[in-house]
Amino acid sequence: MPEAEQPLPSNETEILADAEAIAARIPDGAFVALPPDYSLVAMEVVRALIRREAKGLRLLGVPVLGFCADLLIGAGCVAEVETSAVSLGEAGLAPRFTAAAERGTIRVVDATCPMVHAGLQAAEKGVPFMPLRGVIGSDLVAQRADWKTLDNPFAANDALLVAKAIVPDVALIHARWADARGNLWIGRRRELATIAHAARATYATVEAMRADDMLDDELLAPGVLGAVYVSAIAPAPRGAWPLGVIDEYAIDDAHLLEYARRAKTAEGFARYLDEFVRKRAAQPA
Amino acid sequence: MDYAREELLACTIARLIGDVTQTAHVAVGAASPIPATACYLLRARQGGRPRLSLLHRRRGNPFSEGSRELFDLAGQGRIDVFFLGGAQIDGEANINLVGTGEYPQLAHRFPGSFGSAFMYFTARRTILFREEHSARVLVPKVDFVSAPGWSPPGLWRRGGPQALVTGKALFAWQADKRRFRLESVHPGCSAEEVRASTGFDYDAPRAVAVTAVPDAEALRLLRGPVAAEIAANYPEFARRVWGLAA
Repeated sequence: MPEAEQPLPSNETEILADAEAIAARIPDGAFVALPPDYSLVAMEVVRALIRREAKGLRLLGVPVLGFCADLLIGAGCVAEVETSAVSLGEAGLAPRFTAAAERGTIRVVDATCPMVHAGLQAAEKGVPFMPLRGVIGSDLVAQRADWKTLDNPFAANDALLVAKAIVPDVALIHARWADARGNLWIGRRRELATIAHAARATYATVEAMRADDMLDDELLAPGVLGAVYVSAIAPAPRGAWPLGVIDEYAIDDAHLLEYARRAKTAEGFARYLDEFVRKRAAQPA
Repeated sequence: MDYAREELLACTIARLIGDVTQTAHVAVGAASPIPATACYLLRARQGGRPRLSLLHRRRGNPFSEGSRELFDLAGQGRIDVFFLGGAQIDGEANINLVGTGEYPQLAHRFPGSFGSAFMYFTARRTILFREEHSARVLVPKVDFVSAPGWSPPGLWRRGGPQALVTGKALFAWQADKRRFRLESVHPGCSAEEVRASTGFDYDAPRAVAVTAVPDAEALRLLRGPVAAEIAANYPEFARRVWGLAA
């Protein structure tokens, strides 16, 4: 029997005031898909979620997580992370993730990158699963009730792994621009489109609003995520900081190193939150 | 001639990648500045070849279809060489990137498996690389198999391990025996020291070679064009090894 259908919406995009208004739309316990640190991360909404003391979030790393997840975990907003990795890249291990995982205060659902993409691609197509090569023989498989092996229906003796469709409650992203219709310009960061296509709701902050319709511009259009997927947007200039937005501002490596150092202890992390999250401190220009 | 340990390791990895007749396309994943250095060294010597897809390249990144494109390329067989490491690596070339202890309540949690469980199967060759060479890392059996070193007959698998490079030695992978063989020890290390600091059993010749050191031309390229490329993408590494600002 096919599962009961839960059609996804065709949105009329709402334009909200700020990142706080978006954080207010993300309920406690939501399954929230996030892009990696090198993509476009809605950091100001992450900080607003901490300020509103969100609880029980389930994070999906598409396909990995970093600074944004470490902040949410350290602040006690997270019950579970489903991801292929959590790391600060050159700044090393993600300290609050590591501590929470070792103490068992969060549940970690371990994945491998292309299985996350495959699950989201199944959701994009509205089909129940997507097959992938490899992975069989990894201990990951036994941990995942939503990964199963399937015989290739077109060839004999050829087992494939399939990922069950992943439908996040919320895709949370940042974009370079939005236009008044709610189209978002994400450029080459197509994982944002994958997340938005698969999710029930997509919330985005943007660096700036544009007066034109970006779909009228043939050079901009290929980098656009269409408004049909976008539930609500809000302006947040420098909203990805200390992560980057290509051609606008680079990832703040020095800040991430400083964070990694301070977040090694719970006390250092608490002071970081006071200074950079709770007080909405001015960001370096 | 004076050289940094990172320069020796990059030159060793460059030899494993081989020339353009062996390798058309190398991909480098998360936080792998030494493999990336090896690739840029080859490109400096070979007129910009092989093709290098550096996942975290900040400007001019080769991927325009998002973070899934690397895996789609690999799935199609378009990636000749990839690199993987491990919190633990065992004598059957299984790697563990998840952590040590009994899963899921691990004693020491590491970042996670990344794309290893797929890339180890789909890239034609994988060079295993881990700087720390100790019995803590090179274990008889990994606590968790992020990605298996080999697969039973009948299961689809395009590629697998080629070699293991550590801070002390180079091992070749023997697919037929499912065992490593010690190829060379790096200058300053001995075969005895390598045996004592390796937790798994492996084959070794009676007389073990010493890993070739970087020549003057390699060092000139590493400290010139290669360092400049690396500084743009791994600023912290470039600062540490070459004293360069990004």
